[in-house]
Amino acid sequence: MSVYLLRRLIQAAGVVLAMSIIVFVGVFAIGDPVEILISPDADQMERERAIAALGLDLPLWQQYLIFLGKAVQGDLGRSFVFNEPALELILQRMPATLELAFAATFGAILIGLPLGLYAGLKPNSLASKGIMAGSILGFSLPTFWVGLMLIMVFAVQLGWLPSTGRGETVEILGTRWSFLTWDGLTHLAMPALNLALFKISLVIRLTRAGVRETMLMDYVKFARAKGLSPFRVTFVHVFKNILIPVVTVTGLEFGSTIAFSVVTESIFAWPGMGKLIIDSINVLDRPVIVAYLMIVVLMFITINLVVDLMYSVLDPRVRLDSK
Amino acid sequence: MADTTNTSAPTLVAAQAAAPTLEVRNLQTHFFTRAGVVKAVNDVSFTIGRGKVLGLVGESGSGKTVTGFSIMKLIDPPGRIVGGSILFQGRDLATLSEEEMRTLRGNRIAMIFQDPMMTLNPVLRIDTQMIETVQAHEKVSDADARARARDALGMVGIPSPDERLKSYPHQFSGGMRQRVAIAIALLHRPDLIVADEPTTALDVTIQGQILAEVQKLCATTGTAMLWITHDLSVVAGLADDIAVMYAGRVVEYGDVGEVLDAPLHPYTHGLIGSVPSRNKRGVPLRQIPGMTPSLLNLPEGCSFRARCPRAAEDCIVMPTLHPWLPNRLARCHHPHLEEVESA
Repeated sequence: MSVYLLRRLIQAAGVVLAMSIIVFVGVFAIGDPVEILISPDADQMERERAIAALGLDLPLWQQYLIFLGKAVQGDLGRSFVFNEPALELILQRMPATLELAFAATFGAILIGLPLGLYAGLKPNSLASKGIMAGSILGFSLPTFWVGLMLIMVFAVQLGWLPSTGRGETVEILGTRWSFLTWDGLTHLAMPALNLALFKISLVIRLTRAGVRETMLMDYVKFARAKGLSPFRVTFVHVFKNILIPVVTVTGLEFGSTIAFSVVTESIFAWPGMGKLIIDSINVLDRPVIVAYLMIVVLMFITINLVVDLMYSVLDPRVRLDSK
Repeated sequence: MADTTNTSAPTLVAAQAAAPTLEVRNLQTHFFTRAGVVKAVNDVSFTIGRGKVLGLVGESGSGKTVTGFSIMKLIDPPGRIVGGSILFQGRDLATLSEEEMRTLRGNRIAMIFQDPMMTLNPVLRIDTQMIETVQAHEKVSDADARARARDALGMVGIPSPDERLKSYPHQFSGGMRQRVAIAIALLHRPDLIVADEPTTALDVTIQGQILAEVQKLCATTGTAMLWITHDLSVVAGLADDIAVMYAGRVVEYGDVGEVLDAPLHPYTHGLIGSVPSRNKRGVPLRQIPGMTPSLLNLPEGCSFRARCPRAAEDCIVMPTLHPWLPNRLARCHHPHLEEVESA
């Protein structure tokens, strides 16, 4: 187990290093922040001083090495715009994004699993066909359009839910959370649903496919032949087997949920990392962009590792130390 | 009024005690598919007494397995039992509700499946799968259920059962898994076990061990057994009676020794002739010409007619399962009676 973990960590370090090079070169290629940051009225002397202060006068490889050296010490550079450490800037916004992503993931499981289970157990009923048709919509409608429609219906026409911001928050462990107040929850509901829509469809389809496949297995028939109640057959014998793919995929999807939250956060003015990265790209705030991407990479790696570990808990045939 | 209840009650009990463990009469199970009605089981009758073993033999697709699942009432749509009765200790299972049936399954009637690699749930430990079976039918504490499970594992010859209870199915070999499945079937000391080719997936030495143990168990506990197989040699060593199935029907039925020595039905004849044996060394094996008919549209009359060397014009009429000899039934107009007389 520990050997496995160590190997995974070394692999992770390699991925982070490779990613940092790609990000650094990529961000360098998309444009020169000097044009945006320095006022056009500035004379040549001021321009050169500013460029030197930002470290942009050095060749790319030197800039990279300086970045790398600082990154190892936990310093991912200072934002050109806010003149604050980029890491701090992102970490301030991270809880909001994580809150949104968790709400969306839990929502997707809470809604998707029962619907998928029903559709799998009664595949020919009208309700199941409705569920499956709905899941196609969930897959294919673009997030931003659904978000706008949600605002139009629930905020503008019905006036039930607020359309922007986090609402009232409660501070716990130094960060602010919306889900602990009623006002915060009403603010959270729409963006979370918007972000969850794709995942709900995914969970429905995965669960349904899993149930349909598992129901045909001999061990389900054997469980029935043992005289178990239909409830136990479904919720122990079938359910435990379909949880394997569902947990794997929703876990892996968590990374993309955070990535997708860029769109949702922009529409609902949710003050998370996604909104920050969009704003930073607009003004070519390089350190923030680089820091954001590095953090997202780290998150993906962590999520993958956690999913692998959970997988081994759910499926006894996968025991990590045996390999 | 009081008189009738007084007199009828004991006779009813007596009738039940005398009733065979299982009596299947004219069972019909059909599958209603888009392509048409598949008559998988189309008139099957047999009887199994207490402590007796009936070998149900036939080639793939002859309806043996569907017969087994019909007795368990585990036929899923589009399949349905459309006719006949399944009398278990005098009670007709075909008329029982699903909940009544559930209380019998795994309790009074147990089943062992063909592929031991697939019958145990891969994500549940052996103890979970055994204890839940005990507790599905009896209110017992976890500790008592565990003790029962351990004893059952010991009974089927699994070493250090306490440790093995904590294992997952993938940690067992195929033969061991089948032993676990048999142990699960034995947990409630059932009156009837339906065994669907339980040794087919196992190698010959394991097969022999399991057969010997099953035979011992049947003899000591009085459990009746329906042993479904296509392996005539297994039936010869294990069963008391044999029922041969062809295209959804029982075509020959009788004492296992007599049937195998001198079969009446030309199909049984062909089946035995196609098995290699020592006294046939060097002689080419006989084949039954042709193929099994599609169950979707069976030919008129005897289903074996097209492949039968003794077929005549009257075979266009479906023969009945006729008692040609004492305790020997065959569904044929032209049975091999002359060979029985010469033998």
